[in-house]
Amino acid sequence: MMIRLEKVSKSFNDTIAVKAVSFEVKEGENLILLGTSGCGKTTTLKMINRLIEPDEGQVVINGKNIAIENPELLRRGIGYVMQNNGLFPHYTVRENIAIIPQLLKWDRKKTLDRTEVLMAKLHLPDEYINMFPYELSGGQQQRVGLARALAADPAILLMDEPFGALDNVTRASIRKEFKALEELKRKTIVMVTHDIQEAFELADRICLMDKGEIVQIGTPKELLYQPASDFVVKFMESERLSLEFKITTLGDLWHHLPEKFSAKATIVRSDLSVWDALNYFRSGVKEIAFSTGKTQEQKSMDIHDLTSAFNRYQTQHQHE
Amino acid sequence: MNEPQQNLWQFMSGESDKLLNQTFQHLGLTFISLFLAVAVGLPLGIFIARKRKLSGSVLAVAGVLQTIPSIALLGFMIPLLGIGAKPAIVALLIYALLPIIRNTYTGIVGISEEVKEAAIAMGMSKMQVLFKVELPLAMPVILAGIRTATVINVGVATLASYIAAGGLGEFIFGGISLNNTNMILAGAIPAALLAIILDAVLAAIQKMNVKKFRKLLYIFPVIFLLLGGFYLLPKAYGSSLTAGFTPEFMGRQDGDLGLKAIYGLKIHTIVISDAVMYQAAYEKELDVISGYSTDGRLKAFNLTILKDDKGIFPPYYAAPIVRVKALRKFPELEGVLNLLAGKITDSIMTDLNYRTDYLHQTPERVAKDFLMGCGLYKSAKGGKKGVIRIGSKIFGEQYILAEMYRMLILGNTDYEVATKTGLGGTKICFDALMNDQIDFYPEYTGTGLLVLLKPDPKMAKKIAHDKDRTYQYVSKQFLQQFNIRWLKPIGFNNSYALMMRQKQSKDLDVNSITTLQQYLDKN
Ligand SMILES: Nc1ncnc2c1ncn2[C@@H]1O[C@H](COP(=O)(O)OP(=O)(O)O)[C@@H](O)[C@H]1O
Ligand SMILES: [Mg+2]
Repeated sequence: MMIRLEKVSKSFNDTIAVKAVSFEVKEGENLILLGTSGCGKTTTLKMINRLIEPDEGQVVINGKNIAIENPELLRRGIGYVMQNNGLFPHYTVRENIAIIPQLLKWDRKKTLDRTEVLMAKLHLPDEYINMFPYELSGGQQQRVGLARALAADPAILLMDEPFGALDNVTRASIRKEFKALEELKRKTIVMVTHDIQEAFELADRICLMDKGEIVQIGTPKELLYQPASDFVVKFMESERLSLEFKITTLGDLWHHLPEKFSAKATIVRSDLSVWDALNYFRSGVKEIAFSTGKTQEQKSMDIHDLTSAFNRYQTQHQHE
Repeated sequence: MNEPQQNLWQFMSGESDKLLNQTFQHLGLTFISLFLAVAVGLPLGIFIARKRKLSGSVLAVAGVLQTIPSIALLGFMIPLLGIGAKPAIVALLIYALLPIIRNTYTGIVGISEEVKEAAIAMGMSKMQVLFKVELPLAMPVILAGIRTATVINVGVATLASYIAAGGLGEFIFGGISLNNTNMILAGAIPAALLAIILDAVLAAIQKMNVKKFRKLLYIFPVIFLLLGGFYLLPKAYGSSLTAGFTPEFMGRQDGDLGLKAIYGLKIHTIVISDAVMYQAAYEKELDVISGYSTDGRLKAFNLTILKDDKGIFPPYYAAPIVRVKALRKFPELEGVLNLLAGKITDSIMTDLNYRTDYLHQTPERVAKDFLMGCGLYKSAKGGKKGVIRIGSKIFGEQYILAEMYRMLILGNTDYEVATKTGLGGTKICFDALMNDQIDFYPEYTGTGLLVLLKPDPKMAKKIAHDKDRTYQYVSKQFLQQFNIRWLKPIGFNNSYALMMRQKQSKDLDVNSITTLQQYLDKN
């Protein structure tokens, strides 16, 4: 499933909300629309399922211009998750999750089976199935919102600040689960956030917007190391270090690490971010080890080895 | 005074057929109009929730409609829809509309934008959004509106008896005019109970779990229609002409009961208020009505009086009745009030009434013109020797008389005057006099005899056909029983009379009650 925006613009009265935005999202890719509040992220997202019709330009999904499709049928095939979950207060969890299957006239059994599977995957206990949204915590409501969007297994998922209304602790844990969710790996996802850390953690590519226009679109590494303008640099300035920790993997540091190996070290994967590796040391681990994909050669390190390797890697990057 | 001869329970069981019938009519009126109000108001509320620019004007119109006084609204309906069920239902529908439109609008507009957007984003069609999301979520608010409308309608439906649509108002207003407390309560208690019970039932539904609701939603209209159906049960019509009698007339020995007993009159009769009866006769909705012989509308609507050839209507000579204590306190009062004695004949009174009721001149102007005409008018002396309180019942003739007395007192004495006009029916006026709220008001001999004294039927029969004996009897009894004096009669006799349109009376050759009865027997 591929999404393509071609010079899409939208104004409300006198405010230009989105100005000639073009981008492509590849099948299975996770594109994150990032920017400060009011820069046009939500408007851009809503034009993909025709909650908002563009003034100019077109949105093409799988080669078809969506403007000529039936909007209701289109939307039933696109999952949509909103910041404040938008659950129906008069429907139980089960009924909320079953909304789209019902619109698609699935039979009861199939709908119920799917509901139970999704609830299990999203760590929602069975006994919630007949509860009403107001009886659930914010985090649980958001999971139900996600389950509702995923119910009919859509190929595309649109998410507007899905973790935005949650407290920090809940947000971090849901984000982690979200990242690990098998169900989402195959999906084409466009997600909106104003949280840079979140964008860098979850994105395949980031589309940074300002005043309705795209400033830069690229992988997290590209934004960090090949910023297109001062705006991009400034935007990430205050959180630069932690972003670098997040996008750099142990594999990236291979050449900068000393040649040593200790059998006592904890084995980790080579695509572990430096950020997560530091978390290992923080939790009391003394040494970690990993192997490269090609040679299966192993190296181990302590926290000192890691930070000096990271510094050497950074210096090298900045001179590239 | 007026100790009920039977208690309320005896009255209610004695009249249980009528009571049941009136209750069903009442429910029927309430629910048919409610059903229609929902059928009109709900879509309209939804519509203005979509086109919010229109909401202001639609709600304003519904609001204005609701402020029209009920009696006036019922009056407007007659030229358009006639009398009976149709205009009553439409009037009730109009009253019920505002709370239903307003609450539907508020209910839908109040739903969170997030939820509406989610519904659309899930791929629901407009209809699905309406029926699966908006209406269920707005339902508690909409139900609150229906509840308000129901209670309003149970109340207003009591007025339906004014235009011959039946309901518990027949007992209530009949009882008020007949000074029959049991009759009033027999109508008022069930009406109040209906309001309370319906309110409670709807409140319970409102509080019910949203889930159970959904099914009730479909049962509702069915219940409404069933209850409404009570009213639509066909009624048997028995005669070629239709009579409209006031609730008061219906219950009186010298009214409908006497017509049946003495003339053997069998005519299809509906109960209607005095306020709209004359017009309904003019509009040919009714053929025979029970009016008053000096009513101005007799002249306005070209009606003619059928001769009471067997003399069942007792004389109703008007005279001021005064508390004896007031006469002592204000020594000049009696002389002033008697200035009017014998001055106003039937035709003069009809003309004066015509000028207020139909030409819409103020009672003050009509009274002043008349007093000037016969040289009785003097401008106010502006004295301050104490306040005399004048009462009057709630119709034009009484207002005119009260005005005349006011002017006479102010012009001829040093007293001041406070008028308490429009004191409802006989009972209210008389109670005000007994309880020292007023000092005097104009009363009619027949009313004094049959409504206030209520002698046993034999006695009444003996006196009631003779004007002088009636006057003497009430004078004596009022003084003994109530310490109230009848001053000299004013001159006119405002008695009950049956009336028809002049033209119809000529066409059918009916000019007396006996010829009417003969005509009915033939046709
Ligand atoms: N329905 C609307 N009517 C008027 N202005 C709107 C509407 N929706 C968005 N806007 C304006 O368009 C701009 C972009 O809004 P939005 O796409 O919601 O930004 P973001 O999601 O990035 O915070 C803002 O200036 C906002 O005020
Ligand atoms: Mg937004």
